[in-house]
Amino acid sequence: MGTAWDTFLIVAQIAFRNLFASRAKTLVISGIVLFGAFLVVFGTSMLDSVDAAMKRSIVGSVSGDIQVYSSESDDELDVMGGFDIEGADLEPIERFEDLRGLLLDVPNVREVVPMGISGAVVPSGNTIDMVLADLRDIVKRRHASEPGLLEAYQARKGHVRRIVRILRAELANVSDLLEVQAADAEDAAESLARADSSAFWDGFDADPLAGLEFLENNVAPVATDADMLGLRYLGTDPAAFARAFDRFEIVDGEMIPPGKPGFLFAKFQYERQIKMKTARNLDEIKRIREMRDARIAEDDELKRLVRENQAQVKEILLQLSDREAEHFQELLVGLLDGQDGDLPSLLRAFFNTTDDDFAKRYAFFYEKLAPSLNLYRVPVGSKLTIKAFTRGGYVRSVNVPVYGTFTFKGLENSPQVGALNLIDLVSFRDLYGYLTASRKQEIAAIRAEVDVQDVTRDGVEAALFGAAPPPPPPPSPASPPSDEASDRPSGGPTDLDAALSVLSGVRQAAEQPRTYDPEDLQRGIVLNAAVLLEDPSRLAETRQRIEAAAKERGMPLKAVSWQEASGLTGQFVTLMRLILVAAVLIIFVVAMVIISNSLVMATLERVQEIGTLRALGAQRSFVLAMLMVESVLVGLVFGLLGALLGAGVIGVLGVTGWPAFNDVMTFFFSGRRLYPTLGGVHVALALTIVLIVSVLSCLYPAWIALRVSPRQAMQSEE
Amino acid sequence: MTSTSADGPIVSLVDATKDYALGSTVVHALRGATLEVPRGAFMSIVGPSGSGKTTLLNLIGCVDRPTSGRVTVDGRDTSKLRERELTRLRLHTIGFIFQSFNLVHVLDVFRNVELPLLLQGQLGARARRERTLALLDRVGLSDHIKHRPSELSGGQRQRVAIARALVTRPKLVLADEPTANLDSATGESILDLMKDLNRDDHTTFIFSTHDARVMAHASSRVYIEDGRVASIEESADGSPAVAAGRMPAPVTPSADPG
Repeated sequence: MGTAWDTFLIVAQIAFRNLFASRAKTLVISGIVLFGAFLVVFGTSMLDSVDAAMKRSIVGSVSGDIQVYSSESDDELDVMGGFDIEGADLEPIERFEDLRGLLLDVPNVREVVPMGISGAVVPSGNTIDMVLADLRDIVKRRHASEPGLLEAYQARKGHVRRIVRILRAELANVSDLLEVQAADAEDAAESLARADSSAFWDGFDADPLAGLEFLENNVAPVATDADMLGLRYLGTDPAAFARAFDRFEIVDGEMIPPGKPGFLFAKFQYERQIKMKTARNLDEIKRIREMRDARIAEDDELKRLVRENQAQVKEILLQLSDREAEHFQELLVGLLDGQDGDLPSLLRAFFNTTDDDFAKRYAFFYEKLAPSLNLYRVPVGSKLTIKAFTRGGYVRSVNVPVYGTFTFKGLENSPQVGALNLIDLVSFRDLYGYLTASRKQEIAAIRAEVDVQDVTRDGVEAALFGAAPPPPPPPSPASPPSDEASDRPSGGPTDLDAALSVLSGVRQAAEQPRTYDPEDLQRGIVLNAAVLLEDPSRLAETRQRIEAAAKERGMPLKAVSWQEASGLTGQFVTLMRLILVAAVLIIFVVAMVIISNSLVMATLERVQEIGTLRALGAQRSFVLAMLMVESVLVGLVFGLLGALLGAGVIGVLGVTGWPAFNDVMTFFFSGRRLYPTLGGVHVALALTIVLIVSVLSCLYPAWIALRVSPRQAMQSEE
Repeated sequence: MTSTSADGPIVSLVDATKDYALGSTVVHALRGATLEVPRGAFMSIVGPSGSGKTTLLNLIGCVDRPTSGRVTVDGRDTSKLRERELTRLRLHTIGFIFQSFNLVHVLDVFRNVELPLLLQGQLGARARRERTLALLDRVGLSDHIKHRPSELSGGQRQRVAIARALVTRPKLVLADEPTANLDSATGESILDLMKDLNRDDHTTFIFSTHDARVMAHASSRVYIEDGRVASIEESADGSPAVAAGRMPAPVTPSADPG
């Protein structure tokens, strides 16, 4: 009715004038409400966008929509890797094809990718090892009349001698400085002296194998430029993986061919851990200069990198043969015009770069020097030896060719997915060393027969070679024997394990076949599997169906969403959301207290007015409406303003993007920048919250106002 | 309104008492007042501070209910009414004029006068406007309808208050010391205005005062002392005023205002 509207107008007018009358208070309240509404819209929009982006990152890189694994596992699956390099302890699922069949029968399942995640600490390549391996290779082929072989042989020999000289000089230096008199230092000095002697090299040609043996066992261990590398790897069917995750792309080299064992480095780790340190530092300097617009002259981080590079020239020196060293010397003298000195000091001068010459030297490094250097400790095309502890607790090593590097589009700089490398599932199983139930039985029978209690290597061999059909030749690991020995905790049982593993058909490194039957991929064990859906929005439903189907077939299976499967990383948004909720809660509780307080003050000031209105015949509901309108008016007007402001900022960011301020964030943003989107939900949420707060903050003042008696209108006297 | 009680007195009190709790002691503000106010009276209630004058007005004005005894306003027993009904009775039957005017200071003159009509919610915008303007004309404030109370003098403000009290055409107007905050000349003119309205519309006026010149205008004066009606004095002009204390006239049992 018109009267109701007119009454409302009067109420609004009173409310509005009251607000205007106490401007300062109104301003404070509106400021808080405005900020609160802005925060709700901006925060929830950003979070939802991060949530969506992170979902793209996780779903599109490793996890897929759903992950399945055995419900009998001790740990929970975490495809992003917790803090443990070896990954979660999952109970294997014995036959992937059974699992695959089960999953593909569930509606909405598009693709199933077999997986297993584990890790190992791997000694990264050591220059002298690489050169010695080269030399050994040439020595092996020395009877073949290949052209240029002799030159190569001489060059390698020269290179080894150079390395020995460098190591010897270095050792002398260190001993002088630290007065190291330890026994092994003396041994090292002795070995180096021998390797540096003309007598050694004169006799080398006569028996190169014996010479190599000495170099490998006595000299190579002195060179300590090898790092231990933590490698996390995902065993999978490479083809299926590439098909399922469309963000996957090969950067260097090529894809692991079907049916072949192989390894793909994550480009991120390859660049930051496998690459030669000086080159890595140069890259980093370039990146920081470009990203932060920083200057070497001012930035401490850049200064540190420049200093570090000057201290690391040995890594380059070791790689150079005499001829290359001469070549480098000429190049550097040319570049650093006029400067003279030996190669180490020239290199140090070269790396002592400034803002003025950095670009030039960076280009020079990659154009002139890099072609003669092995920039990566494990080059694409070489073989990587991975030694890992199997589930049985003994060490297993596998030699896999490195086919190349890969990345996920948009996540090139993300450390989260950048630390997960790919290996074919068959090699993965070898490293994992899982024994199926039937094999376990077989082994148990043999153990019983051999009498495990006091077993010796001879005994095992007798038992094995006597009773079993002729086994494959005994293992001769590619890795240095010294390592092998140190990795084994004790003699007997380990030998037994090793022997048993031969029996159980798990191949040792040396006999790693060049191919495998693609059917093997399907038949063997997996630890988990990624499930990709036709319609990701029906995730929850599909997940239930998978678990139901597994129950029906008696398979102990657990299906988790991408979010649960990615552990702490997946919880990131949830955590941020909690923080946001807390912040919003605090802001609005504060707002509520302030609004409530100021309304109480206003009510107390207006006791006579309220009493008058009541005396004139205004019902309590009218007084209540007056207060409500006053508070809701402020809430809605400034809430709306705040929400619009938030929407505007999100709108602008949606076009310009919010830059990831570090590499970790690129994962959460699923790229270099986050382009947040705004939903009507966010604005509605903000307004709803503001409205609720407005109404709630009225409660106490309303209680006071409603107790004002019409008598109080007359209480100016008496 | 309730036509059934049109012939009875507008207000009657029978042995009305009112006690207030003040901390642990009880203040007997009214100790048994009996009074009958005929329709169309122009009555002043006179008494010193603390005599129970204001309490009596509160009971008559339906902003309070008696502790014991009976208060009937326009035929309705206020002690039997719930708070909401009491409020409705005030809205439709009683007009209030306050000592300190009590205008809503954020509203202009017009809106202040119109306010009770809006609270009633019965008249359309046009009717409200006509009635409001007519009353403002009557109190001589036609030129000030857009002014805020703060822009008016005390006398003008009290005129606005009078217009507001009368805009609903109440049967009874209560004025609590209406001239106390005004200089004597202005007070005089306010009183004249009230008297004119009483005569022309036959509206009952009850006002409290302790100003002798103001009481002189009243057709009857009720003296309050120690919470009781001490005496009732009729004016020479013979306006009707009845004191229940002397006249045994039975209080008309008012019909139920259902």
